[in-house]
Amino acid sequence: MDFDLNEEQRLLKDSIDGLLTDSYDFESRKKYMKEKGGWSKTVWLNLAEQGLLGLPFSEADGGFGGGGVETMIVMEALGKALVLEPYLATVVIGGGFLRHAGTDAQKAAHLPAVIDGSKTLAFAQLEKNSRYDLFDVTTTAKKKGDAYVIDGEKFVVLNGENADTLIVTARSKGDRRDKAGIGVFLVPASAKGITKKSYPTQDGLHAADITFTGVEVGADAALGNPDDSLALIERVVDEARIALCAEAVGLMDESLKTTIEYIKTRKQFGVAIGSFQSLQHRASDMFVAAEQARSMSMFATMAGDFEDAKERANAIAAAKVQIGKSLKFVGQQAIQLHGGIGMTMEAKIGHYFKRLTMIENSFGDTDYHQRRVADGGGLI
Amino acid sequence: MDLAFTKEEQAFREEVRSFFRDNVPPDTRRKLVEGRHLSKDEMVTWWRILNKKGWGVSHWPKQYGGTGWTSVQHYIFNEELQSYPAPQPLAFGVSMVGPVIYTFGNEEQKKKYLPRIASVEDWWCQGFSEPGSGSDLASLKTKAERKGDKWIINGQKTWTTLAQHADMIFCLCRTDPSAKKQMGISFIVFSMKSKGVTVRPIQTIDGGAEVNEVFFDDVEVPIENLIGEENKGWDYAKFLLGNERTGIARVGVSKERLRRIRDLAGKVESGGKPIIQDAAFREKLAACEIELKALELTQLRVVADEGKHGKGKPNPASSVLKIKGSEIQQTTTELLMEVIGPFAAPYDVHGDDGSNEAMDWTAQIAPSYFNNRKVSIYGGSNEIQRNIIAKAVLGL
Repeated sequence: MDFDLNEEQRLLKDSIDGLLTDSYDFESRKKYMKEKGGWSKTVWLNLAEQGLLGLPFSEADGGFGGGGVETMIVMEALGKALVLEPYLATVVIGGGFLRHAGTDAQKAAHLPAVIDGSKTLAFAQLEKNSRYDLFDVTTTAKKKGDAYVIDGEKFVVLNGENADTLIVTARSKGDRRDKAGIGVFLVPASAKGITKKSYPTQDGLHAADITFTGVEVGADAALGNPDDSLALIERVVDEARIALCAEAVGLMDESLKTTIEYIKTRKQFGVAIGSFQSLQHRASDMFVAAEQARSMSMFATMAGDFEDAKERANAIAAAKVQIGKSLKFVGQQAIQLHGGIGMTMEAKIGHYFKRLTMIENSFGDTDYHQRRVADGGGLI
Repeated sequence: MDLAFTKEEQAFREEVRSFFRDNVPPDTRRKLVEGRHLSKDEMVTWWRILNKKGWGVSHWPKQYGGTGWTSVQHYIFNEELQSYPAPQPLAFGVSMVGPVIYTFGNEEQKKKYLPRIASVEDWWCQGFSEPGSGSDLASLKTKAERKGDKWIINGQKTWTTLAQHADMIFCLCRTDPSAKKQMGISFIVFSMKSKGVTVRPIQTIDGGAEVNEVFFDDVEVPIENLIGEENKGWDYAKFLLGNERTGIARVGVSKERLRRIRDLAGKVESGGKPIIQDAAFREKLAACEIELKALELTQLRVVADEGKHGKGKPNPASSVLKIKGSEIQQTTTELLMEVIGPFAAPYDVHGDDGSNEAMDWTAQIAPSYFNNRKVSIYGGSNEIQRNIIAKAVLGL
């Protein structure tokens, strides 16, 4: 049992922290947000240059063979700096599908461009009424000779505006909530029949609602079994949840730090407001919540490698619950302790709060995952 | 990062577990499961079994009878002990005064007291809190005046747990009334059988009487019963309170209770079916299990840290343990109340001194709920813990 980083992991942490300290202060972020698709190509290529975009891929695939801990380190750092670039969509989720189910040809077609930063990916999964159920899919992928024809609507696709390739969940068989019959397809963003409506999200990222009308892709577009890929989707989304837990820990760390600095310097009644016990206790509770979240983020990271799929899913669901509870408390209290200034767009704390809040509503919220743990027979 | 225990550690867990299976008296275990108090005899009998095995004072240095285990082994031992469940060693002797004596006492004191702590020949109690000195412990007033070769002790202690069984007390006494409050305190030990010591039980809201008031009326104590230096008692008290960091979360206790809740919730009916089938209840139970899992991980982080970097600088996460540990223990007793529903009400007028088991086991659930309100108050209330985090961790 060991919770320390090894030498290489420490170096990785130092390198990404260093990179982001240099290039990602709050003012620069505002500029990046105005670029096309809402993030900076320059920063993205810097990440590529440091090898971070190739981190989780095997050396045979041109990557660096990093595991869950490496991704956790990166996501925490990205959270701390409130990074806009599509690491989750491209490397964690898109890359995850390619790692777990990509054929050699599919990997060869996509990974080099992901790793060198020239292309990005997006995951088109959410539907109008699917909410958090990954098996609730109405988008169809009908077989037509050797090809598939995709029809349906996907919503809030992160990085949907910029992505070169979309990874789309679609049903080849069965009815709306059937667990069988779901496939995953690589679809070029430029394919005929795709229309996109792009918009910024509450937390400063960008997403798109995407309509697929008779979009034709070849048989080689299917990732894994086109008739039975729910387990694959669950696996990759679990990895996304783990990554979000780590990102949230980074966000909470920075929120707490910023808040402590603020209450140490902000004076009222002639003294720093941090000298008041009511605020000290609130800050202590924020610390407790953040530490519990960190513990569960580590747990989720390690659970990513559990052999037993049920045990793995249960552990990750539990982590998402703890993260959800902690982030709500830390985020809300960070605003409260900042007072009026916390309500302004000008102060950075509100932006951390907004990103934390959106993480709660991504890939299952606290109630959703708590129900999963409860129905799965608990944790003890 | 690696969550797995080594093969050796897993084998150790098996060894500990099977020792408990073979050696904890079944009645003792059952009473703990049911939330009953144990008699003095039952506790002492078990502690002597544990000591005979060499595990009675496991975390002491080897030369005083300790085991030399790693911090992970201690963690495993505690978890198994708490979740079996078996009675934990008497903290006042084993975790509190013992380490003070072997760290600050002289050779004679070590020889005199340590073996008797390990063998439970002496039952120790703690003389810290006073009626006017709770969270503000350093304001204590109990006086020890030097007169020839004796200390003359006068004053009153309170919340003295299990003083009714005690042979010995370790006591914070004011020895220099003119010094600033933390400075004039000394750490003195003496026999509870001394003339002038009066123990009066305090009945608590659960109906039990595990705490007492202890009065000192011109109690004469030999001068050599001072531990360490005169007027340095506050330092020893801080050492004592900071010494047991990881046991305080009581993760094993809560785990055992959650297993019991799940078991009972499969039997007790609500709406014509077992209450575990009620989604709202099940989610509450899951919420508590998740909190406990997070706490367990936090505790493991602290344990792994101690194992690697020694106990010198505590991991900041260790301050989480008392707050969350106590909150979770309280939640588990609330969940038990919820399971039992209207049958929480019957009150056993005989109390629970171990002599009366005529009442159904459900009789102990409400008392246990009432009793567990103490865990966020003792050992530095959770509000004091928040002060500590604010100052020591956050620098406020």
